[in-house]
Amino acid sequence: MDLHTLTVAGLRDRLRAREVSPVEALEALSRRITAVDPAIHGYLHLDLDGALAEAREADLSLPLGGVPIAVKDVLNVRGQPCTCGSRILGGYTAPYDATVIARLRAAGAIPFGRTNMDEFAMGSSTENSAFGCTRNPWDLSRIPGGSSGGSAAVVAADEAFAALGSDTGGSIRQPAALCGCVGLKPSYGRVSRYGLVAFASSLDQIGPFSKTVEDAALLLGAIAGRDPSDSTSLDEPVPDYRAALRTDLKGIRLGLPREYFQGGIDPQVSAAVHAAVDQCARLGAEVIEISLPHTEYAVAVYYIIATAEASANLARFDGVRYGHRTAKPTGIVDQYGATREEGFGPEVKRRIILGTYVLSSGYHDAYYLRAQKVRTLIRTDFTAAFEKVDAIICPTSPTPAFRIGEKSDDPLQMYLADIFTIAANLAGICGISLPCGFAETDGVRLPVGLQFLGKALDEPTLLGIAHAYEQSTEWHTARAPV
Amino acid sequence: MNPAELDVAYIARLARIHLTAEETDRFQSQLATILSYVDQISRPDTSGVEPTAHTAAVFDVVREDVARHGLDTEEALRNAPRAANGLFIVPKVLE
Repeated sequence: MDLHTLTVAGLRDRLRAREVSPVEALEALSRRITAVDPAIHGYLHLDLDGALAEAREADLSLPLGGVPIAVKDVLNVRGQPCTCGSRILGGYTAPYDATVIARLRAAGAIPFGRTNMDEFAMGSSTENSAFGCTRNPWDLSRIPGGSSGGSAAVVAADEAFAALGSDTGGSIRQPAALCGCVGLKPSYGRVSRYGLVAFASSLDQIGPFSKTVEDAALLLGAIAGRDPSDSTSLDEPVPDYRAALRTDLKGIRLGLPREYFQGGIDPQVSAAVHAAVDQCARLGAEVIEISLPHTEYAVAVYYIIATAEASANLARFDGVRYGHRTAKPTGIVDQYGATREEGFGPEVKRRIILGTYVLSSGYHDAYYLRAQKVRTLIRTDFTAAFEKVDAIICPTSPTPAFRIGEKSDDPLQMYLADIFTIAANLAGICGISLPCGFAETDGVRLPVGLQFLGKALDEPTLLGIAHAYEQSTEWHTARAPV
Repeated sequence: MNPAELDVAYIARLARIHLTAEETDRFQSQLATILSYVDQISRPDTSGVEPTAHTAAVFDVVREDVARHGLDTEEALRNAPRAANGLFIVPKVLE
């Protein structure tokens, strides 16, 4: 069989049975990457020699022993580049492992490649990478989504068994939906952010991309938990997520938010999601219409809070300690300005300027403070909803993958691609996207993603529901035509 | 809130980013569009609503005050654009 098509759970079983060695698994991925990545451009950097050395020493008794994992280029892996898709970090070599990487290593997994992304995770298409756009494995003329487009594309194209990404406003779930794989954004604080290059610190979470919900459960179990190096990581026990997987939805109440089906949604996406809702009802779920009345403000609140936090976080890129430095500065202030002019791409500059503006004297209360108050209203919507339902069911993205270049000149239209994913970050809750069908466009099948949203720290219920739906359909078995 | 009050050239100076004239003009018009859009946050009633800075109820996290290993000087300087004598080298700050 073709080893590269295995799931993490499937690979692990074969590794433990000694039917396959970790070296053979990596070599199979390497062949697949050589065959398809020139067309997809999901990877920015590979360290196959280092990974092969680790594979030879792998302890197969560990939970993820010998399993290679791809990593978004925003997470520090000691000795590897970490460009964040930006020229300003060209030449940077990570001096330490992010906590999620240390945890994956402790579980026996092997980080072997760096996946492409929108610069500093700012974007919804991966077109903002300074190193070229990743292409959607289902249609190479289309974007894979973003910002973790590389991680989604390499999993969907079987160039990785699984990958890590980060999600600030949908950057795991939206590309997973558009590429036809599973993407999980854990609750805020569930996973340590230490070693993740910060975009918006009150919104960022790290999570897995995988081919199945079971694999997402395995990976979350490996990376979750309290970390003294991230004071926002929660001191809560990490349950056995795999034990929470279920095969029916009896006794589950699913909320259908009416605001998520009003206008602007592609009819084929709407049809696929409604069919998934019917399928969940057949599995025993009680479907209840709910209201999240402040949904319409989520994108606006997000683009104030996220840019404000980004303008502060990205102040560290000044050409002093690491990364690019302008060649002939006339003084220290010119060094900062010229380094940042040369190092950052247009979307990053645009967001730093917006974020600086909304925090500036005279505008802070009208924009930033006001946005934080409306954020409270959005959180309260979810708190009220979760008194009536166990999880929320809705689309992940209003449209299937769009064409490369289609929205790149219109930042606001690009921002609206995240309309169904942003609220989960603002509220700190967990969310997952998984395949639920296809939209046919110009004779091409494009994946459609179904999103479930769950209460903060209720990943067991979220994963259980997603698994029951997934296993009752064939969508997750469809492979991209590459 | 009036998007016309946004002076991109001034904000770019605050943010320490040099912009070309062409970039300044383009951002001026794009950010005016975005600010008009985000202006809708003034609509909902927020009287008596507390701001959310953070979604998890975590306060005053401290760890034991014990020394632990960080990056040593050589590791910390390895990515520096310019370094000498165990220090980062930057242009003259004071005349």
